[in-house]
Amino acid sequence: MLEINNLHVKLATEDKQILKGLSLSVEAGSVHAIMGPNGSGKSTLSYVLSGRDGYEVTDGTATLEGESLLDMEPEERAAHGLFLAFQYPVEIPGVGNMTFLRTAVNAQRKARGEAELSSGDFLKLVRAKAKDLKIDADMLKRPVNVGFSGGEKKRNEILQMAMLEPRMCILDETDSGLDVDAMKLVADGVNALRSEGRSFLVITHYQRLLDHIKPDFVHIMAGGRIIKTGGPELALEVEQNGYADILAEVQA
Amino acid sequence: MSGAAATSPRAARRAARLQATAERIAGLTLPTVPAWLTPLRKAALDRLASVGYPDKRDEYWRYTDPDRLVSADVRPAEVFKITDEPPMYQGIDRLKLIWVDGVFSAEDSDPLAGEGLEITRLADSADIHWAADLYGTLEARGQKPVARPLAALNSALATDGVLIRVTGKVSRPVSLIYRRAGTDASVTMHHVIKIEEGGELTLLENGAVAARSSMVIEVEVGDHGTFHHVRTMGRDHERKASTHLFARLGKGSKLKSFTLSMNGRLVRNEAMIWLGGEGGTAHLAGAAMGDGMFHHDDTVFITHEAPGCESRQVFKKVLRDGAIGVFQGKILVEQAAQLTDGYQKSQSLLLDERCQFLAKPELEIYADDVKCSHGSTSGEINEDQLFYLRARGVPEQEAKMLLVLAFLAETLDEIEREDIAQDMRLRLRRWLERHS
Repeated sequence: MLEINNLHVKLATEDKQILKGLSLSVEAGSVHAIMGPNGSGKSTLSYVLSGRDGYEVTDGTATLEGESLLDMEPEERAAHGLFLAFQYPVEIPGVGNMTFLRTAVNAQRKARGEAELSSGDFLKLVRAKAKDLKIDADMLKRPVNVGFSGGEKKRNEILQMAMLEPRMCILDETDSGLDVDAMKLVADGVNALRSEGRSFLVITHYQRLLDHIKPDFVHIMAGGRIIKTGGPELALEVEQNGYADILAEVQA
Repeated sequence: MSGAAATSPRAARRAARLQATAERIAGLTLPTVPAWLTPLRKAALDRLASVGYPDKRDEYWRYTDPDRLVSADVRPAEVFKITDEPPMYQGIDRLKLIWVDGVFSAEDSDPLAGEGLEITRLADSADIHWAADLYGTLEARGQKPVARPLAALNSALATDGVLIRVTGKVSRPVSLIYRRAGTDASVTMHHVIKIEEGGELTLLENGAVAARSSMVIEVEVGDHGTFHHVRTMGRDHERKASTHLFARLGKGSKLKSFTLSMNGRLVRNEAMIWLGGEGGTAHLAGAAMGDGMFHHDDTVFITHEAPGCESRQVFKKVLRDGAIGVFQGKILVEQAAQLTDGYQKSQSLLLDERCQFLAKPELEIYADDVKCSHGSTSGEINEDQLFYLRARGVPEQEAKMLLVLAFLAETLDEIEREDIAQDMRLRLRRWLERHS
């Protein structure tokens, strides 16, 4: 599904290398978690994959189902099935949540050469999916993320994911700012989307999200690279001992 | 010669200006119809003579050079034919009054009648007319504290317009439609509207008036009356227009005025509102978008005279490719106007670095128990919002369009009727599509 090979990325405006030879392979249907201390480059990875300005790829490749992501515009990556659930979902006053969702869904369908959804079909679909995530009609009517609580914003991200049906989902610290109940709700939403053809890359600081979204693989990231890969037990080890031991072990 | 030999440079300039104004006035020929208007026209000329033609040294003309609005010769402008979008307000039931080059077209217009309405054309109004008590009155009042010479000139020279008296709740809007046939016309029109106690009127204006036009509307809104005004200023690229809206509001009355302005060379829209009775509300809003030579100026003056009134100004401009936007807005709260709620917001979205937004927000408050706020900003498309939309698959151009429409949305909220607001959204969208 997602193949990242020897990726080197620096900030566009200053001479600061963030990713230093990151390689990662995510197979279809699997859930990979990336954990790592602050400043290890986790969020940069998510932004570079989704096409945000401000970064320069100096070496390496990233492909989604064989196609190079790095040459595509952000909207093309989305239409190819890449989805980033933002750590800080953006507020857009003046754009209704429903208009936003419908524009996004139909733009992607159009880009893929599929017929656009009629307003009736769209409405039916969005209502059903919103209900699963306990998103009420009022939240759909309000401007995108404006006045939403932290939990509402993250649920709104998952709603977008459910509507857009991407194949490769990146969750950037989706657990940040969530209480236990909200986290459970978000995790349930993600788990409901798990399927054979869909993969997840879950970026998180803490192991607790992984109690709810069970990963197949856990990667530890530090200094712009994956330094260790293991199963779910690796996340527990981090939880108990912190990153220091692993860092020491790798450096040794 | 008088004995005032030691005049200051400023006084000398003023004297020279009044002298020049007197000479220009001497060369003017006043229209002779309707007869009842003649003394009022002369009085208006006297007002102009006392303040002089505007000059770019004037406090309120610093950002907009009045020269092209007042110069003796009017440069002809091509008639701009719109073929790529449906006419405005299609499907909205309304009383249509049509002017071509400022001349009323009876055959194209609906009959001048409607329930709760008394409508007369200014040019053929009877000798004794109710509007004689009103014509020029608010304009005269509006000469202080800031002179409005173009409005006085309009009162003197207007060749036509409508006089509307509203005696009931009129649900069918009165729709003034301006069209152009000739290329060199300069048109001066003046409308007077009187809304009696509890009356209600929606006035729509659209279309290109002339190569250069001056339009004055004077509105007296009686107690508990309502006046809704929605104006779109054509797409004609070479338009030079000056408009004035003067309105005095009675107790518990409401006014909403919204203007959509697209393209045009030079537009100066002035509004002067007096909240004269307790509990009145006045909402003024404007959405302007233009590129290149576009220069758009909104100058708004709201006076709170009575307690417990609310006023709101929301003006937004989308500028690109060297366009200039101007906002001058004032909230004046007199001593008696306790519990005033005044709000003013002026913003611009600059789509490139060559545009300019010049804003002068002012508050002048003499009452001690009031709530007044103002804010003025100027910015670019928000990159975070743009990326968020694109990351969801919305192509860049469409994402930008969504964000521009979102920026303007707050002004459209000030339009009372949703079907009319919807029509405005369509115009905005089309403009953005054409200019993307």
